[in-house]
Amino acid sequence: MSEMSNEQFLLKINNIKTHFFTKRGIVPAVDGVTIEIPYGKIIGIVGESGCGKSVTSLSVLGLLQRPGKTVEGSIEFNGRNLLQLNKAQMRKLRGNEISMIFQEPMTSLNPVYTVGKQVSEAITIHENISKEEAKSKVIEIFKNVGIPEAEKRFNAYPHQLSGGLRQRVMIGMAMSCSPKLLIADEPTTALDVTIEAQILHLMRELRDKNHTSIMMITHNLGVVAEICDYVYVMYAGKVMEQTDINELFEKPCHPYTEGLMRSIPRIHSKNTRLYSIKGVVPNLLKLPKGCRFSPRCDKATKKCFTQEPELYKIDNNHSVRCFLYENGVR
Amino acid sequence: MSKDVLVKVNNLVKNFSVTNSQGSKKSVVQAVSDVSFEIYRGETLSLVGESGCGKSTLGRLLINLIRPTSGSVVFDGTDLVGLKSNAMRELRKKIQIIFQDPYASLNPRMNVCQIISEPLKTHKIYKTKKENENRVKELMEKVGIRREFINRYPHQFSGGQRQRIGIARALALNPELIVCDEPVSALDVSIQSQILNLIHDLQEEFNLTYLFISHDLSVVRYISDRVCVMFLGKICEIGNTEDIYERPLHPYTKFLIEAVPKPDPKLRKEDKKILTGEIPSPVNPPSGCRFRTRCPYAKDICSESEPEMKNYKGRFAACHFVLES
Repeated sequence: MSEMSNEQFLLKINNIKTHFFTKRGIVPAVDGVTIEIPYGKIIGIVGESGCGKSVTSLSVLGLLQRPGKTVEGSIEFNGRNLLQLNKAQMRKLRGNEISMIFQEPMTSLNPVYTVGKQVSEAITIHENISKEEAKSKVIEIFKNVGIPEAEKRFNAYPHQLSGGLRQRVMIGMAMSCSPKLLIADEPTTALDVTIEAQILHLMRELRDKNHTSIMMITHNLGVVAEICDYVYVMYAGKVMEQTDINELFEKPCHPYTEGLMRSIPRIHSKNTRLYSIKGVVPNLLKLPKGCRFSPRCDKATKKCFTQEPELYKIDNNHSVRCFLYENGVR
Repeated sequence: MSKDVLVKVNNLVKNFSVTNSQGSKKSVVQAVSDVSFEIYRGETLSLVGESGCGKSTLGRLLINLIRPTSGSVVFDGTDLVGLKSNAMRELRKKIQIIFQDPYASLNPRMNVCQIISEPLKTHKIYKTKKENENRVKELMEKVGIRREFINRYPHQFSGGQRQRIGIARALALNPELIVCDEPVSALDVSIQSQILNLIHDLQEEFNLTYLFISHDLSVVRYISDRVCVMFLGKICEIGNTEDIYERPLHPYTKFLIEAVPKPDPKLRKEDKKILTGEIPSPVNPPSGCRFRTRCPYAKDICSESEPEMKNYKGRFAACHFVLES
């Protein structure tokens, strides 16, 4: 990915560190993460709970709350460093050029306003159009995201809609100002498989039509395989491996990625014992010395417990944070 | 597998009455609607289906946590419906449940010892504290929690460890049947596989029978001997895991399995057939076959008459137009 020139990236997250300053100490939730998102691509950020994938997205959106703060690095969006923008400038960008979809469509919509009003609000804030124009635009959007009886649904309250429809409303709202970047944080985790398939299809369609870049945050490797072009695997605040989608599933290199791949019950597997990664995710307040995956790693050597590996490039498109690939070969 | 029937469910119906938002109009939701099946001793039968299909209600009916509107649940020769509470309490020793949310299902003010020994105390299994504690320690070891943690509280454990504690509690009385209601849905992938392995090992060790409720079809395929697919309170299809996944008879089964995102980008199909529409309201289910509003194969007959459960070479499905097997 790095052989591309800078202009091809819509978003460049450059070695950011986002820390939470708690009473018990500093929690390095994101600890030097670099992620590049090209135009019109779907980039997956994968990892288990606490790996920093959601905090990374909140850092991009400028939605971090105290005690969290991005203390280092830069986030370049379309040539501007988002970390240097003030609140008003950030607000202008959010919902307009950068949009987001969250996991829980129930809690991310306001229960006391109709969904139509909520989506038109998003439009009227960023565009100078009348209420009526906004309404017809919203109905148009609702049709685009596949909400049946769009005119009727305009006046519905969130509780009157099913989870799938609510997520469609959220996607409609996110897409209402034709954003350049869509950040989707576990958008299908709360949905049933048949509805999940519909939503993933919809997201891919939107990318193809509007050339929107999508940052897809998920823990589900099936969803990743289904929709992403390039993937970053995160663990305990760091990127462990980054590569394109086919390579990730064909030749996962990092022992953690490999472990993840082997521990999914494949739909085509027989009743044999599943592989499981031993141990649990480390406490970020007490990170192990050396490689942060070393206590759980089958392939760890002495060096892994004392020194931290860098992200080693083994291919133009493939980097791994593991000493096994120190010399750039697998 | 021996065909020794442990649980027999006959024409089970559970209605819930609901009121509209003004509290005036009452209507009836048929959460479970005329369901019959059997669970064999020592097997894992999975219930799958989308949210609202009645799978959790069915699980709760089976262990008599809620009473059915009609029908019967026969456990090892005893009909649970209408059983006196004393007799039911005795039977509960043999039927246990593991819940989905390991955060909500453990009392935060009890330590591990109290949590695991609660069923032992309720049923007055041991006379002395010492015996009780030994049993708790033995159970902890079985599920992979270190004995030293016996005095710790739930908040000191991770999600996976909490689920292990929940499993130890379910095992305490040497049950025969365990209803597992989405036991791994709240866990991370790497922890999920540890718990699935544990559930699998315990079955072999104690000859347990599982009713495994899940919406995750990959997990279900891994763990079950037979699968029962539900849609809107009814069973669509029931059969061996291999058959269900490889040669589904009911169109709904086929679409459900195809919808699962496969962890292999090579299997990505841009033009994958996706089931359109939403699940109809259970208050007002469609006439005839309940799946017909979403079914691409539906014909006139599907709205006119409800398909019966039929036997297709030892497999069962309820559809007017079963797919070629």
